[in-house]
Amino acid sequence: MSFEAWKDVWVFVECFKDQPKSVGLELLGQGRKLAEGLKQDLCAVVIGKDTKDAVKAAGEYGADKIYVVEGAEYEDYSADAYGNVFLKLCEKYQPNTILVGATVNGRDLGSKIAVSLRTGLTADCTALSVDEETGNVVWERPAFGGNLYAQILCSETRPQMGTCRPGAFKKPEKNPDNKPVVIREEISTPAQEIRTKVIDFIKACEDNDLRLDEAEIIVSGGRGMKSAENFSVLKELADALCGTVGCSRAAVDAGWMPQSKQVGQTGATVTPKIYFACGISGAVQHVAGMSESGTIIAINKDETAPIFEVADYCIVGDLFEVVPALVKELKARQQG
Amino acid sequence: MNIVVCIKQVPDTTEIKIDPVKNTLIRTGVPSIMNPFDKNALETGLSLKDRYGGKVTVISMGPPQAKAVLREALSMGADEAYLVTDRAFGGSDTYATSYILSQAIKKLGDFDVILGGKQAIDGDTGQTAPSIAEHLGAARLTYILDLEADGDKVIARRQVEEGIEVIEARFPILCTATKESNKPRYATIKRKIASLKAEIPEITLADLPDADVSKMGLKGSPTKVKATFTPKRTACGVTIEGNTPGEIANALIGKLADGKIL
Repeated sequence: MSFEAWKDVWVFVECFKDQPKSVGLELLGQGRKLAEGLKQDLCAVVIGKDTKDAVKAAGEYGADKIYVVEGAEYEDYSADAYGNVFLKLCEKYQPNTILVGATVNGRDLGSKIAVSLRTGLTADCTALSVDEETGNVVWERPAFGGNLYAQILCSETRPQMGTCRPGAFKKPEKNPDNKPVVIREEISTPAQEIRTKVIDFIKACEDNDLRLDEAEIIVSGGRGMKSAENFSVLKELADALCGTVGCSRAAVDAGWMPQSKQVGQTGATVTPKIYFACGISGAVQHVAGMSESGTIIAINKDETAPIFEVADYCIVGDLFEVVPALVKELKARQQG
Repeated sequence: MNIVVCIKQVPDTTEIKIDPVKNTLIRTGVPSIMNPFDKNALETGLSLKDRYGGKVTVISMGPPQAKAVLREALSMGADEAYLVTDRAFGGSDTYATSYILSQAIKKLGDFDVILGGKQAIDGDTGQTAPSIAEHLGAARLTYILDLEADGDKVIARRQVEEGIEVIEARFPILCTATKESNKPRYATIKRKIASLKAEIPEITLADLPDADVSKMGLKGSPTKVKATFTPKRTACGVTIEGNTPGEIANALIGKLADGKIL
């Protein structure tokens, strides 16, 4: 099958309150790789009420072209309004490949586009490459809680589409000298066609904690924590390092931590500089969400725990003794 | 209120084992469960029925053994259950699966609400439910915490990364539930016994005469699995030792500082 007419790699630069989310910029790095493999351009798609900041960011992170659609109806995400814009752009420009962040809204939008265009969408990809002979993107993703990985192809239809989780990839180097071509399209969506309307917004309660995807250092606890209260031990270490506390699914299932702090296949994917796994056995489900971290330190009483297979530094011991000792050591060095 | 809940039978992924040679799932001995998020969706449906009256119908696509999760749903309070099953449906990706389910839902008649979990714990795509909405041309709200009806108006709270959106929409609508949505109720003994004897009708390809077969099964799936592999783990970490926790801490922080990691 010939896909000559289908050109360019598109990245949806999703915004929240007109600010670009990190995931869209991370995907520009992956999009560049695919665009080089396909010998095509890298394009960003920005939709919003005021797109100036997102357009600037998309340029700095490497887009060759930026498609921009502005309108008051795009202040908040809705599948109807955003879907309408994206489908009209697809009809006009026929993209070869579309990357979307696997956010709450990205998963929804991706599904809408793929079904409407009767094409394939691969979720939560962790590695992307191009088979240069066929022009197919090879979408790699975990399944069954990270126990198995699969390579997926969408070889008979275009565009080929995939989502990637926030934090699964690093942002590319910023290039302030990049001069993208900005293409503004007038696409409006009549109010009666938008069937879901945001009438109020309640900001996530500020617990003063850094978000998992923003933290450079994460101290996570699992079943070995034994209680909700014991997480204060980890909080002290996180505070000493200006990091934040995370957890495994076991800790969420036990009711010790909220799901927003869960790292793993059913939680967040994180790539901090340092990841502490305390009292976490290292089920594949968890490892799938943290194995790309810079340095992994595992503390566990059980020397056969699988977490030690992915750790850079392994400490076989009681976390309730080791973690406070680490805090003490750090404080001593900071004062010294 | 006509409520349809889509549920999936999944292997308990915490207990999964993979055949390292064939890269396939070893199903023997692995418990099959109702996808946990679908249980939240069912609870959302049951609570809508408690408040506004109506009927809760559960459907699942899968092999005959998936009737087990349908019986579980009946024992929790669902009124009717249907299994969507046919050889022609095998090998479906999210596009084909959502198409088949949308056709089965059409066959069941008019609905006010379709519910599903935000994602299944085996495939983890989160795509099937919103794709059903698209095949049906229905409005959808994913990741909802709760929904209230006011005539034909719906008010829903939806969880996004930054907080909670309060959304106004209208019936009919498809929604997906999350773990935070609710705490699913338990089955009663009486219902459990009744569910064992309940008739679970099957919806097969023959029952969907208007459906487009070219959108079903492996052939109707735009995505195909090219290869599978198990993640490689090579233990190459350094073990930090010491006679006391203080010595261990000193050794670790020392190594991190030397490596300019801290």
